[in-house]
Amino acid sequence: MRNGFSLFFVAILLAACGQDEESSCLVDDGWVVGGESGSELAIDQIFRRNNGAEPGTLDPHRAEGVTASNVLRDIFEGLVAETANGEYTPGVAESWVISDDGKVYTFQIRSDARWSNGDPVTADDFVFSLRRSVDPKTLSNYSSMLYPIKNARDVVRGEMSSEELGVTALAPDVLQIKLEESTPYFIGMLSHSITYPVHRPSVELYGNQFTRPENLVSNGAFVLAEWKVQDYILVSRNKNYWNDASTTLEQVFFYPLDNANSTLTRYRANELDFTDTVPSEQLPWIKDCLADELHVAPYFGSYYYGFNMEKEPFGGNKPLRHALAMAIDRTVITELVLGAGQIPAYTFIPPVKDYAGIPPEWATWTQEDRNKKARELYREAGYDEANPLAIEVVYNTSENHKRVALAIASMWKQTLGVETALRNQEWKVFLETRRLKEDTEIFRGGWIGDYDDPYTFSELLHSENEMNHSGFANEDYDALLKSASEKSAGAERLKDLQDAESLMLETMPVIPLYFYVSQHLIKPWIVGLEGNALDHHQSKYIKILKRERLPSD
Amino acid sequence: MTNLKFIFGRLAGAIPTLLVLICFAFFLVKSAPGGPFDFERSLPEEVEKNLREAYNLDDPLYLQLTKYVGSILTGDFGPSFQYRDYTVTELIMSGFPVSLRLGVAAIFLALILGGTIGTIAALNQNSRLDYSVMFFGMVGISIPNFVMAPLLVLIFSIALNILPAGGYANGAPLHMILPVVALALPQAAYIARLTRGSMIEVLNSNFVRTTRAQGLPLNTIIFKHVLKPTFLPVISYLGPATAAIITGSVVVEQIFGLPGLGRYFVQGALNRDYTLVMGVVIFYGLLIIGFNLIVDTVYGFIDPRIKHNR
Repeated sequence: MRNGFSLFFVAILLAACGQDEESSCLVDDGWVVGGESGSELAIDQIFRRNNGAEPGTLDPHRAEGVTASNVLRDIFEGLVAETANGEYTPGVAESWVISDDGKVYTFQIRSDARWSNGDPVTADDFVFSLRRSVDPKTLSNYSSMLYPIKNARDVVRGEMSSEELGVTALAPDVLQIKLEESTPYFIGMLSHSITYPVHRPSVELYGNQFTRPENLVSNGAFVLAEWKVQDYILVSRNKNYWNDASTTLEQVFFYPLDNANSTLTRYRANELDFTDTVPSEQLPWIKDCLADELHVAPYFGSYYYGFNMEKEPFGGNKPLRHALAMAIDRTVITELVLGAGQIPAYTFIPPVKDYAGIPPEWATWTQEDRNKKARELYREAGYDEANPLAIEVVYNTSENHKRVALAIASMWKQTLGVETALRNQEWKVFLETRRLKEDTEIFRGGWIGDYDDPYTFSELLHSENEMNHSGFANEDYDALLKSASEKSAGAERLKDLQDAESLMLETMPVIPLYFYVSQHLIKPWIVGLEGNALDHHQSKYIKILKRERLPSD
Repeated sequence: MTNLKFIFGRLAGAIPTLLVLICFAFFLVKSAPGGPFDFERSLPEEVEKNLREAYNLDDPLYLQLTKYVGSILTGDFGPSFQYRDYTVTELIMSGFPVSLRLGVAAIFLALILGGTIGTIAALNQNSRLDYSVMFFGMVGISIPNFVMAPLLVLIFSIALNILPAGGYANGAPLHMILPVVALALPQAAYIARLTRGSMIEVLNSNFVRTTRAQGLPLNTIIFKHVLKPTFLPVISYLGPATAAIITGSVVVEQIFGLPGLGRYFVQGALNRDYTLVMGVVIFYGLLIIGFNLIVDTVYGFIDPRIKHNR
C-alpha cells in the first residue's frame, strides 16, 4: 500500500522535472515589444520597481539611505539635476555663475519652476530649506555633507544660528551660496536630497507630518500619491512640473522588498519591471536564463578590508599589512567568488571622471611574484611557519561577505600560513564594533561615493573623520587633503588627491579588494534606464513599450 | 456566574504577566549591541546628541521604563525610531488588519482542512486513504513555511502563472491565497493528526459503543455524539496554534511582502527601532493572552465537565 504513495510522490517529482526539461529556465520570454515600429508605447505607463528596505522618512532633509533617495529623486528636484546617464544638468536653477576664487555660486532660478500646488519655487525656498538641513533641531543624518557651505559646520554643531549660513536670496529668483573653500564637486552635491527645497508653508503647517501623501507638496516630475508603509509607495505624474511635457510615465510603484529571492520571483512573475538587487547565489542561473535582461555597469563603490591601526598586531607593522595585501589574489575573488563583473582593485578610489589612482608597483606583477614578496615581508614582520600570525576578520552577516572572507582566509593560510578566524555580526552590531575600534583587527568595509568626486573617498581616511574606522592618522595625508580643498577644479587638485591616495596605499591602512558594479534586471519593454556610476535613476526618463504575447504554437 | 468570575480572575492575572513581559522585552531590546543611530555614515556628534535627547535615551534605564509604561497606559506607544514620520500606534494600526486577515484566514483554513482530513482518516482507520492522508500530514508538518512559501510561488506564480507572487494589493483575495495556504498548511497537518487521534479514541469509548448498540444511524452518532468530544483537544490547541500562526506570519509576510505586523517586528528588531519592537511585542502579548482566555472560556461551554472554579 505504501508503495502506492511513494509511486505517486515520485510521479510528482518526475512531472516537475519533465517540465524543467521542456523549458529548463521556466522564464516568461514570449513577448514582442514595441509593436511594429519597435518603439510604440504602451497605453498604461505604469512602472513597477523594487526598492529595498522601506524608507524611514520622505523628508529630504532627514532621509537616510539609497531607498529614500530613489523616491525623493522622483518627487523633488534640486538646483541641479542628473541626466539618465548621470551627467549634471540644470534643475531648478537654469544657470549659475561661479566666482573666480570658486567660493561664491550665484544661481538663476528658472521662472517656470512650480510646486505641485502651483506656487512658484523661489530663492527663498532654498534659503529656508538649506537652513533647515543644517539646523541641528531638524535631526538630519546627512547635514555634515553641507560642511562646504560657509558656517555650516558651526550651525550643525549648534554654535551658530542657522540664519548665519552662507546662503542668501539676492532676488526672488537669484540665490547666492558662499562656500568655506572652493569645492569643485559642489555642483554635484546640489543634486543630493539634503539640498532639495521643501515647501515652507506645508512644513510649518504640518510639522513632521508634511511628508504624508495628503500633505506633501513637492517640486519634482512626480508627486507622492500614496504611501502604505511596508506595502508600496506610489508616485504619480506632477502636472505642475516645469518640464512635464517630457515625462512619459503616469505612475511609479516602489515596492519595499528586502528579500532578494522574493524580489527575483516577483520579477519573474512579471510583477516588477525592474529590480536592482540580484541574489548572488542565483547569478549563474540568471546568466543562463535571463542574460538579456541582466545589465551590469561600473558603480562608484569600493570594497576593502581595513586594519585596526591603533592596536597590535597591525599598528606600526607596515611589512605585515603589505604582506597580507599582496597575498590576496583579487581576480579569484572577482571572477570565481563573485562573478558579476566586479573589478579587481589595487587602489582605494574607483576611477571617476578625470581621476584614477596610481596602483602600487606590485599590482603589475603575477600573483606568484606577489606571493613570494608577501612571504618575505611576512618574515620581515616577525612571523613564519613556526610562529604564525593569528587574526580575526569581522564582517556584517551576508552570504557574499562570508564567501569573500573565506577565500581570503584560505589565500592567507596557503601563502603565509596565517590562521584567520572569521566573525560575522548582524549589521548594527557590526557598525558599533567597527566604530569602537576596541576589538577589531581586520574589518570589512565598503563605501559608495555620495557625489562623483574622489574626495568622497579621500575624506574617509582623514584623521578626524568619524568614518575612519582604521584609525589611520597621517599629517601629510591630512595636509594634502587640505591643499586639495583650497584649490579649484583642475589637474593640480586631482594631483593632490592622487598623492594623498598613493601615500595612503604606501602605508596600507586598508586593503582595496574590488570596485563594485551595479546589477539590474530590466524587462525588455522598459527603455530609458541607463547604467551610471552613482546608480541614480529617475523615472522621468523611463518609457514603457507596448508588449504583446508571441502567438504560442 | 462562576464563568464571569473566572474571566475577571484571568484578566486580573494578565496584568502582572504583561508587566513582566514589558520589563523583560524592554531590557532585552536595550541590551542588544548597536543602536538605532548607528548608520554606515556616522552622525555628527551634535545631531546624535539631539536625537538621543528627543527619544529620552540619556535618562537612566529605570526612568525610561517608567516613562514608557506611563505613556503606554495612555495608549501612546511613542514615536518610531526608524519610520520617523509615524508613531508606533499608527504603524500597529496599519499592520494589524493585514496580519489579522492573514491569521484568521489561516486558522480557519487549518481547522477546516485539518478537521476534515483528520475525520476522514479516523473513519477509515488503517486504510489506504488513512495512510495517504496522514503521509501528507507528516510532510506538511515537516516542511517549514520558509520552504513551503517559495515552493508555492514557484509552482503557482512562475510555472502556472495563475496567482500573484507577492504584494498585498489592499487585501485582494487573490493575493491572500498563497500566503494563507503557506501559513495554514503546517497547522492543518497538525490539526489533522490531532483530530484523527482524538476521534479514534472517542470512537472506541464506551458511550459510542452504547449508542451503536442502541442502533443509532452512523451519521447521527458521528455528528451528534462523536464530533464534539473529538474537537476538545483541537480547541485547546487553538491557543498554541495562534501563537504559531503569529510567529509563522513573521516569515510569511517577509516572503510575500505583506505589510503586516510581523514585518514591522523583524524590521524593527534589525533597525533597533526600540519603540516599534516593544509596541509589537506588547500587542502580540495582549493578543495571545486574550486568545487563550477566549479558548479557555469556550472550552468551559463545550465541555461541561470542566468547571472554572477553584
